[in-house]
Amino acid sequence: MNGLEAFLLTVITASTPLLLAAIGELVVERSGVLNLGVEGMMVMGAVSAFAAAYATGNPWIGVVAGAAAGALLSLPFAFLTQTLATNQVATGLALTLLGLGLSGLLGEKFVGQPGVPLPKLDVPGLSDIPFLGPVLFGHDVLVYASFAFTAGVMWFLFRTRAGLVLRAIGVNHTAAHALGYPVVRVRYLAILFGGALAGLSGAYLSLSYTPQWIENMTSGRGWIALALVVFATWRPLRVLAGAYLFGAVWILGLYVQALGFGLPSQLLTALPYIVTIVALVVISRNRTLTLTNTPASIGIPFVPDR
Amino acid sequence: MGGREGNTPPPLLEVRGISKRFGGITANDRVSLTVRAGEIHALLGENGAGKSTLVKIIYGALQPDSGEILLDGHPVAIASPARARELGIGMVFQHFSLFEPFTVAENIALAVPGGGDMRELSRRIRDVSAQYGLPLDPDVLVADLSVGERQRVEIVRCLLADPRIIILDEPTSVLTPQEAARLFVTLRRLAEEGRAIVYISHRLEEVRELCHTATILRHGRVVETLDPRRETAGSLARLMVGSDIHDVHAAPPPEMLGQPLLHVRDLTLPASGPFGVALYGINLDVRAGEVVAIAGVAGNGQRELFRALSGERPAQSRGVVFICGRDVSLEGINARRRAGAAFAPEERLGHACVPLMSLTENVVLARHATGEGLVRRGFIDRAGARATAARIIERNDVRGGSPDKPAQALSGGNLQKFIMGRELDRNPALLVVNQPTWGVDAGAAAMIRQELIDLARAGSAVLVISQDLDEIFEVADRIAVISRGELSEALPASELDRERIGLLMAGAHETAGGVA
Amino acid sequence: MIWLEKRPAPSRLWSVLSPFAAIGMALVAGAAMFAVLGHDPAEALYVYFLEPLTSAWSIEELIVKATPLAIIGVGLAMAYRANVWNIGAEGQLVMGAVAGSVIPVLLPGWNDPTALLAMLLLGALGGALWGWIPAFLKNRFNANEILTSLMLVYVAQLFLDWLVRGPFRDPGGFNFPKSVTFEGWHVMPAISGRVHLGTIIALLAVAALWVVLNRMRYGFEVRVMGSAPRAGAFAGFSAARVTSASFLLSGALAGLAGIGEVSGSIGQLQPSISPGYGFTAIIAAFLGRLGPVGVLFASLLLALTYLGGESAQLALNISGKTAQAFQGMLLFFILAADTLVNYRIHFRRPGAGEGSAP
Repeated sequence: MNGLEAFLLTVITASTPLLLAAIGELVVERSGVLNLGVEGMMVMGAVSAFAAAYATGNPWIGVVAGAAAGALLSLPFAFLTQTLATNQVATGLALTLLGLGLSGLLGEKFVGQPGVPLPKLDVPGLSDIPFLGPVLFGHDVLVYASFAFTAGVMWFLFRTRAGLVLRAIGVNHTAAHALGYPVVRVRYLAILFGGALAGLSGAYLSLSYTPQWIENMTSGRGWIALALVVFATWRPLRVLAGAYLFGAVWILGLYVQALGFGLPSQLLTALPYIVTIVALVVISRNRTLTLTNTPASIGIPFVPDR
Repeated sequence: MGGREGNTPPPLLEVRGISKRFGGITANDRVSLTVRAGEIHALLGENGAGKSTLVKIIYGALQPDSGEILLDGHPVAIASPARARELGIGMVFQHFSLFEPFTVAENIALAVPGGGDMRELSRRIRDVSAQYGLPLDPDVLVADLSVGERQRVEIVRCLLADPRIIILDEPTSVLTPQEAARLFVTLRRLAEEGRAIVYISHRLEEVRELCHTATILRHGRVVETLDPRRETAGSLARLMVGSDIHDVHAAPPPEMLGQPLLHVRDLTLPASGPFGVALYGINLDVRAGEVVAIAGVAGNGQRELFRALSGERPAQSRGVVFICGRDVSLEGINARRRAGAAFAPEERLGHACVPLMSLTENVVLARHATGEGLVRRGFIDRAGARATAARIIERNDVRGGSPDKPAQALSGGNLQKFIMGRELDRNPALLVVNQPTWGVDAGAAAMIRQELIDLARAGSAVLVISQDLDEIFEVADRIAVISRGELSEALPASELDRERIGLLMAGAHETAGGVA
Repeated sequence: MIWLEKRPAPSRLWSVLSPFAAIGMALVAGAAMFAVLGHDPAEALYVYFLEPLTSAWSIEELIVKATPLAIIGVGLAMAYRANVWNIGAEGQLVMGAVAGSVIPVLLPGWNDPTALLAMLLLGALGGALWGWIPAFLKNRFNANEILTSLMLVYVAQLFLDWLVRGPFRDPGGFNFPKSVTFEGWHVMPAISGRVHLGTIIALLAVAALWVVLNRMRYGFEVRVMGSAPRAGAFAGFSAARVTSASFLLSGALAGLAGIGEVSGSIGQLQPSISPGYGFTAIIAAFLGRLGPVGVLFASLLLALTYLGGESAQLALNISGKTAQAFQGMLLFFILAADTLVNYRIHFRRPGAGEGSAP
């Protein structure tokens, strides 16, 4: 396998967790809810997936457990922000802190244990094509799932009536409520979906990316996924492009280190975080762009008159 | 009761004994009324009389505590707006339920049950809207529509469901006189088709012109149901308010006007966001001793103009805004206050006052940097602020208020009296006020309007921005019209009538000009 | 189903009661957590919360751990009141520690009270400057301050890592990634046992910020901008100014806490100087209902959870990670309990209400 092939392969694996989490959060934010707890749900997904796979020896059970953990953890967030109308920023932070704390607790016995990796797809014939084979057909199912979810979310949001309703709720929840739409119910569902995908993203980390459990192994990817949604102005295709851009930056650090330019390793590790800041600045400075694309009711608690 | 036939089928809509309480307030108290097919039935009352609550109950957005609703003589339970629509009840809200980033077609699709082909829907939108004299292009973004056009979307959306009963909540508050006339043509046509129309308004002339029957609400109760065409505006007003309204006395304007205390020369500002209105070349003088009013339908730049005058949005160069002779173009609101100006914005809670803070703190809000010593070396003089608040409450008949009560605990009228009192307490040389009596009961409104006139006659300059032509004709010496960010010349009130103002609102700056 | 009714005015009763309700709920949840982990809940709760209060030594430890939480927490509370979301206090803490440590590391000869003062000032400056970055990016480019301040935490931690392995490494330290050990006036003077000057600073900060918040125009500006930004504009206040001031203030306090920790508790610079104080302080801010005095008590309670975690680990072999899990739960509960301040909660059988979609 030559250098370019290896590079592309690793970019795809680095981008997948970002894509999964960001696409889920995109749906949540399109419905008008800001869930800052992505990092917490992701890391809980990682530890749950690892634990379940380890206990059963079956990575597929791990995948399901990861998604379930993310969704489960998003429930108290949904309850607080939708039923009790709490401040979404603070509640999302609480979700992250809780997720980080709980995952550390649950994962303690699994540190250093061998992982149960997800098998890679092996399409007879196609996977053997030189270069294109491994790059396109040699990944595990979650990589393909990330693309499927992106396409699915795009179709749902822009081609179905239910998607129109969800977007309408995100634009003006008062009007949507006046028209009789179940704002709170739709948001609960969106939050659960986002939670499941964040959990899935975490499962990918502990079952495929580095099949191990390390405390805080998400390393801020959840936050980067949040920045990604803003950077993509809430459009699925742009999320895809952005995820791959950030994934490339993430991997670049490792490659540059290996090439031995003499740059401190910490600087290269810091690269994704710095690039995230730059990306946010670039997209946010065009206020017209952000104002016309931001779902207008995002972050505003919804309490209908009765 | 307004019926035209003899032995008639049961009324299309009957409301019996509806009551609704919110916490300690009784919004509707055993309200009953009937509406027949083909009837345009007005629901009259002041702000807070219970009109909105009643129609929200009919529309299923609220549930009554007791009472029943009958359609064609059969009792029905209207659990939700969706159910109301199924039963053939449609409503056009005062505050639109529209989604700005979506097209007209998408907005209407969201209100129409079931799915349905978008192309089919677009075709129906074109047909129905043209048919009723309210043409719409389905593919335009709602964000790009004027306020009057947005109301058309609301109406067409309602009509596509083929409702038998149509409720309209203060529809003309956002229309020019000409647009209102067009709306009346549409409504009469709908009534002739056998539909029933419930028309909420507090504009008495309109109700007398358009409606067959009127039910008057006061403090949540039905006062009377009558034929408004046989009444005068005065008698209707008395029934609405329950007592004679104190007439506003306008003293004749002084022979010699003083200096222009507000001088605006060629004020131009770009829109502050994608949904804002830009201001173009505004010229305006307000002299000591006079009241100048700026008339205009909502959404034509009133808020932007207010913010440009108050200094919340400073100008982009010098020589544009002068207060009492001083060039304050680049300065902020407190510098303009120190130059002698006072400001009262449109939004009471959230802009003029912080809802959760006490009246004392709301005094500090507007007066911490006006040179009166409420703040010394960074520390707030709480006792002084409290005394000021108490004085304002006492002198302005602010009922239900005390220095420690939060602003949101006051009624609209009382809070507005406090806000006006807070500014008048400083004896400003210039007062700029936006919508001085919106949402305020008639008693407080009369008091406030009198205060504006008195302030001017005492030697100050007063600028009133208002959407209420009745109010403008009551208080103003000169009137200008704002339309799409441009200001017409301010002419003496005696030279203008509603017709001409309506034309100016539509954008024609001469009397001869196209009607939009 | 549950629905909310807005109160005409915030409930004074619940403003005071909600932290206690939250603590109560967290204790119940904590007991459940211990039970699930296979321990006797009553015993675990005792060891966690009551035992650390029984010895003088552990009370001292409580104060030592509460000190940085309080210093950072009061600054964050002011910022959050203004709706300015500084989430990067952990990074500002690190940069403050780095800035303050410049003196013992690069100017070891300057070792007198003025050196200590300079360390503290540099610490505050370092934290303030690091906090200024997200404020600048927000004011100038409208970049979300939550994400930028958080990203800078990772950058700061990596910077510290590089420093202690590189330029700041003690040459006589056997290649360990640590700086020289601080001595003399480079160490915060002790007051009693392990309690050091930092605690006095914490108390001063709490008092000062109480005065600012409740008696001064800036505190008024913060409270107005946090609850009604348009009214703030009407008062002549500027959102950009409040954003900058909030980040500078909370950043400076975090930086002060950072140099305080390094100089007072640890004694040298090393890759890990904080068990997440910058994040726990966020919880302290909310638990203290965004008021300086409340934050002080909340810091003590949260310090108790740190201590409790340690002692439960030693005495009952319960994982020390329960502390963070507990802290996270506490934040959830305080946010939930706070709803009661502004709303009454009604329970009703499902019936009329939200309509079905057409």
